[in-house]
Amino acid sequence: MFGYYLDLALRSLKRNKVLTTLMVLALALGIGATITTLAVLRLLSGDPIPQKSAQLFYPQLDPYPANQPFSRSGKRVPYLMSYIDAMNLIHARKAERQAAMAMSQVKLTPPSGVGKPFYAQGVLTTTDFFPMFDAPFQYGSGWTAADDEGRAQVAVIAGSLNDKLFGGANSVGRMIRIEDHDFRIIGVLRTWAPQPRFYAVHLGGHSYGEGDAVFVPLQGARADDLMPSTMMGYGKSIDVEHLETAPAIWLGLWVQLPNAADVAAYKMFLGNYAKEQVALGRYQRTDTALSGLMEWMRSEHVVPDDVRLQAGLAFGFLLICVVNTVGLLLAKCLRRSREIGVRRALGASRGAIFTQFMVEAAIVGVAGGVLGLVFAELGLWGIRHQPAQYASLAHLDLSMFLFTFVVALLASLVAGLLPAWRACVVAPAPQLKAV
Amino acid sequence: MELRPILATLRRHKVILWLLMLEIALSCAIICNGVFLIVQRLQHMDMPSGIAERELVQIQQAPIEPPADRFARAQEDLATLRQIPGVQAVAMSNQVPFGGASSNGNVMLSPTQPHPTLNAAEYFGENLVQTMGLQLVAGRPLRPDEYVNADVVIKALADGNDKGFPMPMLVSQALATRLWPQQNPLGKLLWLAPTASFRVVGVVATLARANAYNIATAQYSMIIPVHMGADKDQSYLLRTRPADRQQVIAAAVAALKHADPTRVITHMRAYDEIRSDYFKDDRAMAGILVSVIVALLLVTGLGIVGLASFWVSQRRKQIGIRRALGATRTDILHYFQTENFLIVTLGIVIGMVLAYGLSLWLMLHYELPHLPGIYFPVGALALWAIGQLAVLGPALRAAAVPPVVATRSV
Repeated sequence: MFGYYLDLALRSLKRNKVLTTLMVLALALGIGATITTLAVLRLLSGDPIPQKSAQLFYPQLDPYPANQPFSRSGKRVPYLMSYIDAMNLIHARKAERQAAMAMSQVKLTPPSGVGKPFYAQGVLTTTDFFPMFDAPFQYGSGWTAADDEGRAQVAVIAGSLNDKLFGGANSVGRMIRIEDHDFRIIGVLRTWAPQPRFYAVHLGGHSYGEGDAVFVPLQGARADDLMPSTMMGYGKSIDVEHLETAPAIWLGLWVQLPNAADVAAYKMFLGNYAKEQVALGRYQRTDTALSGLMEWMRSEHVVPDDVRLQAGLAFGFLLICVVNTVGLLLAKCLRRSREIGVRRALGASRGAIFTQFMVEAAIVGVAGGVLGLVFAELGLWGIRHQPAQYASLAHLDLSMFLFTFVVALLASLVAGLLPAWRACVVAPAPQLKAV
Repeated sequence: MELRPILATLRRHKVILWLLMLEIALSCAIICNGVFLIVQRLQHMDMPSGIAERELVQIQQAPIEPPADRFARAQEDLATLRQIPGVQAVAMSNQVPFGGASSNGNVMLSPTQPHPTLNAAEYFGENLVQTMGLQLVAGRPLRPDEYVNADVVIKALADGNDKGFPMPMLVSQALATRLWPQQNPLGKLLWLAPTASFRVVGVVATLARANAYNIATAQYSMIIPVHMGADKDQSYLLRTRPADRQQVIAAAVAALKHADPTRVITHMRAYDEIRSDYFKDDRAMAGILVSVIVALLLVTGLGIVGLASFWVSQRRKQIGIRRALGATRTDILHYFQTENFLIVTLGIVIGMVLAYGLSLWLMLHYELPHLPGIYFPVGALALWAIGQLAVLGPALRAAAVPPVVATRSV
């Protein structure tokens, strides 16, 4: 029976080429716009580290004076941490893993003869960074807690930097000059660039795009005066010569907490830590916060508002396209009252008529989906040529590819409901009389 | 044109009428808000910087070996750059309007105030007014003898020492008006730290911040007589004739390299590039919005074409009878045009309500101002135009129906 409906539907669509083309085109435009923006939105709001994100948490403390709150409303806990607090939390080892980090734009001088000095994005961090974030090593490994305390002049470099400086060879043991100080390379990462770059929110630099080039131990790098990109003071001024002791926040701290009990315990620990600091006279507030990774990405608006706005706009557009298709399908179906009357008189049930029209709508949907996919690819191509930060990432993956057809089919079936219902309630007798 | 027959016909096609109206209403809501968003982006991109954009080039450098005295190095570099043919003025600045990397200070109107009044950009560097081409609207420019090296100021601040303060400063007109509305800002004092006071000696018309995210605070700027030393965060700014910019960049880079062959030039660009780079996200968004709205109008137009064609072919016999009874081709044409105008107008009325609702929702979820009233007629005009354009083809076809159709049986 389905084959017969298919045949009928194709005949009917062929009979009215202009109307059919209009329907398919309108639906395809809507689908294309929706899929384009959804692909970008999904890409930007995706989980940067799916296997670990549920275990990663971002603690916050408030060292700001009572008369000078961090935010005007006084409700926000500072989103960066002072060096003293970060070190206290790291040394307390209350989480399975913990690492402090700051970003720094650093000058790299290649080994003699390889090229001119250039600037790259550097990360100042502590030993747990690599195992906690599952950063994969191609050669060598990260540094140890002893290296952190000993202010070791060692570095882990990105695979891309290794390709650039050493032609991709194993460079462990070689030297690299960072901000005019020599660091010994102890590890080379494979390609590693979480999107968004969750660990650097508020620390400076971009949220999307290439990964960072070089990673160095925080204390060792600070001994060489590498400066963090972002610092905020809560004293009279920031003494950049003594950033470690200055009343300033400039570090992000991440901790790994494997289960809910650990999270609760860590919250308790943070609260007690803040109370302790108040008792010591260092703090005047006891506010703390502990956010999970995805929650943190949401609350800090990492995904640009523009992208969410575009997705909303595209859905509105799709809605209009669906209404448009309903109208056109209905027009077609009303014109065929006589045909329906004849079929009903010859014994077709209401259900059969309904199915026939739904099949027709579905064919429009599938055609719209195929063309919509073409439009989506075109749209993504357009986005890749936009100057936005995330532009180069825009592409369609398999799941979005399949999703396109689901959306197209669903849209066309919803659009087909009203016309199909109108068709199946056509009374056969008056239609036959007119013939 | 008699409206009654049109209304009578429409009453018999309620479902299609409603669908058309719904489509038009949704389009209207999206178009009103979409055009508003586009205009907002364009206004944002059009934000004035207050500087002679077409005449400026920026060069940033980083020394490989830190110079023994970075302040002396800055003066030497500036002297070198001044010698380049075609250069009218040079300055070193810690930031440029729309440059992205910014330096800002919390402004207080009294040293004991618990919360700062506002946050404003701190421009450091000598000769900025002349080089950037700023317009001084009151007071005087800063004098060379008023400049102090940054390390002296930082030390004084760290020690809580108020020697050397109040320092003279220039403020932008927008900042002056915000801090001292209806008053003469000249001679007024403000504080950037409890011990650091500044006296306003001049006012510049406009000077945008480096991070001008918010249009309301984008023009809050101060120029403070502090010398920064030569380092990677400072910019050398050169003013020249627009046609000479590329030559000046090449000559300046060569001269700086000649003075210190080991240094790295990190940025060299005409100011135009800085502006275009800063507003690239706005440009992208405006482009996407324009394409969606064009596509939307297209789809709505095609929908109207489809339904109008259907109606015309369904009413061929009626049209034939009317023609046989004496209606002219123009009458038939006007009939369909009026019908379309009525439907679109009804759709627009619903659309206005939707547009207002959508605007409220957008205000709630994105930091957007209220949709100004002017956008409602804009959306209405666009839809009327699209409606009339779309119906023209089917209406002409209807007008071409010969009266003889009336005599044929179907």
